[in-house]
Amino acid sequence: MDLGILAFGGYLPQSRLQRTEIAKMHGWYNPGLKGLAKGERAIANWDEDAITMAVEAARDCLKGQDRSSISAVFMASTSFPFEDRQNAGVVAEALNLKSQLMTLDLAASQRAGSSGLSVALQAANGSGAPILFTASEQRQTKAASPQEMTYGDGAAAVLVGKGDVVARFIGAHTESADFVDHFRGSGHEYDYAWEERWLRDEGYLKIVPAAINAVLEKTGIAAGDITTFCFPAAMKRVAGMLAKKAGLNETAVADNLQATCGETGAAHPVVMLVHALETANPGDRMLVTGFGQGCDALIFEVTDAIKTLAPRTAISGHLARRRADSNYARFLTVNGLVTMEEGIRAEVDKQTGLSTHYRNRDMAQRMIGGCCKECGTLQFPKSNVCVNPNCGAIGTQEDHAFADKKARLNSFTSDRLTYSPDPPAHYGMIQFEDGGRLMADFTDIDPDQDLQVGMAMKLMFRVKDHDKNRGFRRYFWKATPDNDDQGTAPAEAAE
Amino acid sequence: MASGIRDKVAILGMGCSRFGERWSDNAEDLMIEAFTEALGDAGIEKNQIDAAWLGTAIEEQHVGKSAVPLSMALRLPNIPVTRVENYCASGSEAFRGAVYAVAAGAADIALALGVEKLKDTGYGGLPQRNRGSVNDLFWANVSAPGSFAQLASAYQAKHGIDAGDLKRAMAHISVKSHDNGSRNPKAHLRNRIDEDKVLNAPIIAEPLGLFDCCGVSDGSACAIVTTPEIAKSLGKHDLITVKALQLAASNGLEAQHNSWDGSHFVTTRKCAERAYKEAGISNPRDQISLFEVHDCFSITELVTMEDLFISPEGGAVKDIMDGFYDADGKVPCQIDGGLKCFGHPIGASGLRMIYEMYLQLQGRAGDRQRKEEPVFGMTHNLGGFPHQNVCSLAIVGKMGA
Repeated sequence: MDLGILAFGGYLPQSRLQRTEIAKMHGWYNPGLKGLAKGERAIANWDEDAITMAVEAARDCLKGQDRSSISAVFMASTSFPFEDRQNAGVVAEALNLKSQLMTLDLAASQRAGSSGLSVALQAANGSGAPILFTASEQRQTKAASPQEMTYGDGAAAVLVGKGDVVARFIGAHTESADFVDHFRGSGHEYDYAWEERWLRDEGYLKIVPAAINAVLEKTGIAAGDITTFCFPAAMKRVAGMLAKKAGLNETAVADNLQATCGETGAAHPVVMLVHALETANPGDRMLVTGFGQGCDALIFEVTDAIKTLAPRTAISGHLARRRADSNYARFLTVNGLVTMEEGIRAEVDKQTGLSTHYRNRDMAQRMIGGCCKECGTLQFPKSNVCVNPNCGAIGTQEDHAFADKKARLNSFTSDRLTYSPDPPAHYGMIQFEDGGRLMADFTDIDPDQDLQVGMAMKLMFRVKDHDKNRGFRRYFWKATPDNDDQGTAPAEAAE
Repeated sequence: MASGIRDKVAILGMGCSRFGERWSDNAEDLMIEAFTEALGDAGIEKNQIDAAWLGTAIEEQHVGKSAVPLSMALRLPNIPVTRVENYCASGSEAFRGAVYAVAAGAADIALALGVEKLKDTGYGGLPQRNRGSVNDLFWANVSAPGSFAQLASAYQAKHGIDAGDLKRAMAHISVKSHDNGSRNPKAHLRNRIDEDKVLNAPIIAEPLGLFDCCGVSDGSACAIVTTPEIAKSLGKHDLITVKALQLAASNGLEAQHNSWDGSHFVTTRKCAERAYKEAGISNPRDQISLFEVHDCFSITELVTMEDLFISPEGGAVKDIMDGFYDADGKVPCQIDGGLKCFGHPIGASGLRMIYEMYLQLQGRAGDRQRKEEPVFGMTHNLGGFPHQNVCSLAIVGKMGA
């Protein structure tokens, strides 16, 4: 049986900050930014972080897949929301995976994504069971820095293991070097960077070719047979220079997504890989690199199975699920780069009872409700007594997962009174097509989209509350218009 | 059905503080203001009261927990005092406690007092609070206007009503309440407004604008109740008695079961059926003289008039625009200004509604007195959110009517 990628998925936040807006704001201060002021970058909403984006990428990846066979969830990032609480564990819970599972965070280098993928493949080879690998990044940048222009937020996920793989793993090699082009010290929020020309000449152009040459030699693949070269760096022309240096075809250089997304850090090798897989043909050979204190190089060969994989949103779909955002002030606000007057209503203590949180984790993190064995009524949350007025049976409810259920909008409002980091707060009642309902917070509401009773909605995993006093954040599911499923008749009310 | 409360208990006296931004007064001052009026009206001594009920909801904001704040404020002689809380129906709950104690023979004379001191939060609107550690895990981040505003979207969709028509009917409700409140010396808001002002006001929660929302006030209201026999023995005649007291609490159906469409109140409909039956009223549209309903938001009043079976389903917009509920209309609703303009000190509101009915039925309502002699007055209180609430109804009327 082949070892490789069984499925893939991606996620990019909906909002795309226009780089011209950043330059417009900071041109007086740093005119040099104008040179980078082209295109747009994906920016996380206030209720998104590396965990929520990893969950969405993983949900995309697992479309049509058997979740029960997954043996491990790995998450790679340098922007984990938690330094001490396993981030991959939150992802696994949100995906409603079984508890007989290894979860692991991979961090502390831009290479976390590519090295993590390597490790996941090795582990899956050993255990024989599929491993879900996610890479996700929400990188904090200082206002008016070049990084603010080039970085982006996003995530990707791959299911690796043995079997009917869509891309066979051919081999990998890692060059390790404590080459510090930038760093972020413990307790510091932002990256500190050294000169770009040095990074290019002493870093990229020396370390990356060494890794590429080694992996080609190790796998016996000719440089000219590589059809796709994923080099995840924003710097212009470097990928082309590297290709030339390593003897790769010029046409193999993959789009680094700088124009449409921005560089998603440790996630970017996997984001680019997923983007390439979306349009790959059987026989394509993909060379994926990741740079950071050395370089990883991995080679995959696309198989016939790629043609049979269920449709998914992946990176292209999320690039299309876009909203041009020219509100730079909001970007500053939700990233905490400016102190806004939030009003007294924001002072409500958001402390989470950790015992309550644990006891209710199936409801709050896995979106598990109940299905009454007596009458079949679905309900959320799961409760002791069936809510169906014609039933009322006690203790009859079995677990029922709601996260992927289609829903319709029943009632809604946009609220300017309640505190929201991004007012107005949108919320309303959604009704699941098979039964059950939720008074839900909404997220990613496009100001130009009219909400309508009866329209299709779906759930996304998001930050429910930030507890700023204690650094905790709580997650729950929020509703957003399901733009892929509009235009059909509103659901009939059950009964 | 049980025999009900009809004519078993009479209102001996009532009092109500001025509602509003009572910056220089605390909750104790407001309680004394309402109580002093009620005691004088009843014509009894404090030590004739056998038991008391205190209705207050957001006690963190003023008096603190338990019944002791009432007992201390009034210096009651160590009689039984019970604090009740049922969202915005807390005042009605206090009334229920006192009325039932008298009906049961457990007390000859009982006191119900509701109070709320809301203007010490530092902002307008109700205090923002946690909803309990489990609810906070999954409840939407709703405010009161936001949760009630959703009635409009569901009502509009259900009845195919034009958004502009609905918004104008809502505006008519607010204009009417301001007109009525302008004639009420105890009302919080006494300014008159016009429809344009309502329609052009800043949005609080779509589609509710500033003038679609009731005031948040400090205030207190109070009732002293007894049996009709004792009332007569104390020299009272033309008694106002309790005809019906009903309460309905959501059981989670609205929040969890798809049979509710979000456009009306399940609890109000169930509660109304029981209240009319208890009071012996078969045709409420013709028989009820006056309504005080829980107009926390204009859309709430609109759908409530259907839930109480006064306007036909989908017909409230027409009745409202026809002036049916105006002070000089067929059946006035909020003749005292309502929550909208009299104000909404949560724990006092239910008792304030009954206070207005009591005055109107006795012909003592001053400038706003309804000329046609009212016979039955109905009050309606809602606590909570449309999808999870408590409805409290009271019908009071002339003894024997």
